[in-house]
Amino acid sequence: MSLLNPVLSAHWDEADSFTIAGYQRHDGYKALAKALKATPDEVIAQIKESGLRGRGGAGFPTGNKWSFIPQGDKKAHYLVVNADESEPGTCKDMPLLMANPHSLIEGIIIGSYAIRANHSFIYLRGEVVHVFRRVQKAIDDAYAAGFLGKNILGSGFDLELTLHAGAGAYICGEETALLDSLEGFRGQPRLRPPFPAIAGLYAMPTVVNNVESIASVPSIIQNGVEWFQAMGTEKSKGYTLYSLSGHVTNPGQFEAPLGITLRQILELAGGMRAGHELKFWTPGGSSTPMFTAEHLDVPLDYEGVSSAGSMLGTKALQIFDETTCVVRAVLRWVEFYKHESCGKCTPCREGTWWLVQIMKDLEAGKGSEADLEKLLDLCDNIAGRSFCALADGAVAPIISSLKYFRAEYILHQTNGGCPFDPVASTLFETAGA
Amino acid sequence: MSFTTEELAVMDTIIARYPKSRSAIMPLLHYVQSIDGYVTPRGIETIAEKLNLATAEVTAVSTFYTQYKSEPVGEYHVGICTNTLCAVMGGDAIYESVCDRLGIKKDQTTPDGKISLERIECNAACDYAPVVMVNWEFYDNQTPASVNELIDGVRAGNPPAPTRGPKELRTWKQNSAVLAGLSDGLAEEGVQAGAASLLGLNIAKAQGSK
Repeated sequence: MSLLNPVLSAHWDEADSFTIAGYQRHDGYKALAKALKATPDEVIAQIKESGLRGRGGAGFPTGNKWSFIPQGDKKAHYLVVNADESEPGTCKDMPLLMANPHSLIEGIIIGSYAIRANHSFIYLRGEVVHVFRRVQKAIDDAYAAGFLGKNILGSGFDLELTLHAGAGAYICGEETALLDSLEGFRGQPRLRPPFPAIAGLYAMPTVVNNVESIASVPSIIQNGVEWFQAMGTEKSKGYTLYSLSGHVTNPGQFEAPLGITLRQILELAGGMRAGHELKFWTPGGSSTPMFTAEHLDVPLDYEGVSSAGSMLGTKALQIFDETTCVVRAVLRWVEFYKHESCGKCTPCREGTWWLVQIMKDLEAGKGSEADLEKLLDLCDNIAGRSFCALADGAVAPIISSLKYFRAEYILHQTNGGCPFDPVASTLFETAGA
Repeated sequence: MSFTTEELAVMDTIIARYPKSRSAIMPLLHYVQSIDGYVTPRGIETIAEKLNLATAEVTAVSTFYTQYKSEPVGEYHVGICTNTLCAVMGGDAIYESVCDRLGIKKDQTTPDGKISLERIECNAACDYAPVVMVNWEFYDNQTPASVNELIDGVRAGNPPAPTRGPKELRTWKQNSAVLAGLSDGLAEEGVQAGAASLLGLNIAKAQGSK
C-alpha cells in the first residue's frame, strides 16, 4: 500500500492527458452529468459534507464558502478561480493545468451550478503562456462538447466561462486584489467586510476558489463523499498535491492523503541530495514560517502544521540544505515582498523597505544585535496591521529564522560578512560553474 | 498613427467577453503589446477611448503590473528567476553569467533589439529549479552553460524549444497575443507534463497503489 494516492495526477503520464478525449477516457465530465441531476443545494451539501478545504493557502471549507452566497436575491453570481499561483515555492496548479485542465473546467461548471452563477472566470497568472494555451483550448473544447454555453446537457443551466490573464503581480493572488484586477483596476486588496460572498466581482455575490480546490470537486461528486472522507485526517479530509523542491535528490509533485509527513515524502524522493543534510524548509510557501529537521514528522495537514507553529499554506515544500545561508534566503524573500507590496497600506509599503535595509546590512556583516531587536520590533508593527496577508507573509521568514538561526545572524557580524560560499548551494557546483 | 480597422475590431471582440467593459483593460494591454511590443502612448489612448476612461486611468493600471512594459523590450525577453529557491540553486550565478554574455543588465535590451533581460520572481516551477523563462515559456533545470546555448540559439535565429511549451519558441509579440486571448493553435504541442510533475505518480504506480 503506497502512501501516495494520485487522483488529479492519476493520468498525467498519458501523452493526451490534457485533451478532452484523454479526460473523458477516464470518466471525465461524468460527475457533471451527475451533479446536474441533483439540485444546486444538494451539490453544496455534498461538498460541505466531504470536508474539502481550500487548497490555496487559507484552508477555508469550500462547501461553506459556497453556502454563503445568498439565494433568490435576483443578482448575478460569479465563480472566480484563482489561478494566480505566485507564492514562492508553489508549483502545483500550473502542472495541473498543463496536464489536466478539464478537471478544473468540470469543477467550475459544477461549482457554478451549485452557487447559481451563469458567468465564471479563471484568473491565470500571465507569465505562463503555454498554460494559458492549454486552458483556453480546454474551454473551447468544453463549449464545443456542450459542457459550456446554453442549456448544458439539457439541464436548462447556462454558463459562460472566460479565461483572463494577469500581468505579473503577486498581490493578485489575494482574492479581493484579484477581483479589483479582474474589474480592470490596479490589483489592491479591499477592506472587508463586505466579503466577496456579499459584494465580490462587480459588487455581486462571488466565490473565489483556488484551482486545486475546484479541480477536486468532480472526483468527490463522482466517487462520493465517503470515498473522499476516507482519506486524510480528522479535520483535513481528502487528498492533495505536495510540491517538493530544492536540495533533494528528486524534486517533484506528490499527490497524497493529507497528513503525510516530510520524512515520508523525502524517503519517496530519495532523500536530500547526496552528502547533504536538511537545514530548513517551508511547509507551504515563503509566507509560512520555516521549519527545521525537528519538524520532519509533523503531519502535513491543516491542524498538524499550525500546531507546530506554521501553516499548511500551498503545501510548497521548499527544502534547503546546510550549504544555504539562511540570512541570504530570508533577505531574498523579504526583497520579494517589498517588490510585490501593492502600496495601499503604510505598514507594508514602508515597513518592507525598512526590513530590506536592515536585512541587507545584516547579510553584509554590518549589522548589530540591536538590529535584530529592531527587526523584530518592525515585524511586530507590520504583521496584522494591513488589509491583507502579504504583510504577515513578509515577516514570517524573518521571525521564524530568528527563532531557529539567531546564531547565524550573529555569525555574519563576527565574520564581517556572509560565511557561506554561494557556489556550494548551486546544483552545478561540481560542473565548475 | 492609429491602429488598423482590423485591430480595432479585435479590441471590440476582447471587450465583448466581459459583463463590464473596463474588465477588458488587461487583455487589451496585452494586445497592444502584441502589436507595438510595449504599451505605447497610442495604445493607452485607444484603450481609454474604447473603454470611456481617462488616459491616466489606463496608465495607472498599466504601470501597476510588471508584464506591461513602458519601453520596448527585446524580440526575446529573458527572465531569470532569482527568488530565493532558484537563486540559491543557481539562479544568481545564471543571472551573472547572462549579464556577461549579453553585456546588459536587468531591464535592459541589447542594442540590436533582439534580447532583453529581467530578474523575475517565482514562476511556479520550483521543482524544475533553476528556472528561466523566455517570452514566458518554461526553460527548466537551467545552468549557466545551458542558458548560454539558449542565448546563442536566439541570436542565431534557432533557439532551442521550451522544455514545456510549443515546438518552436515564439516571439514576445506573438506570445503577447496569446495572453490577450487570441489563439495561436499551439495548445497541443509539447509535453503534457515534465519529469518532476510525474515523479509521485510514477512512484505510486511502482508501488502498486490505488
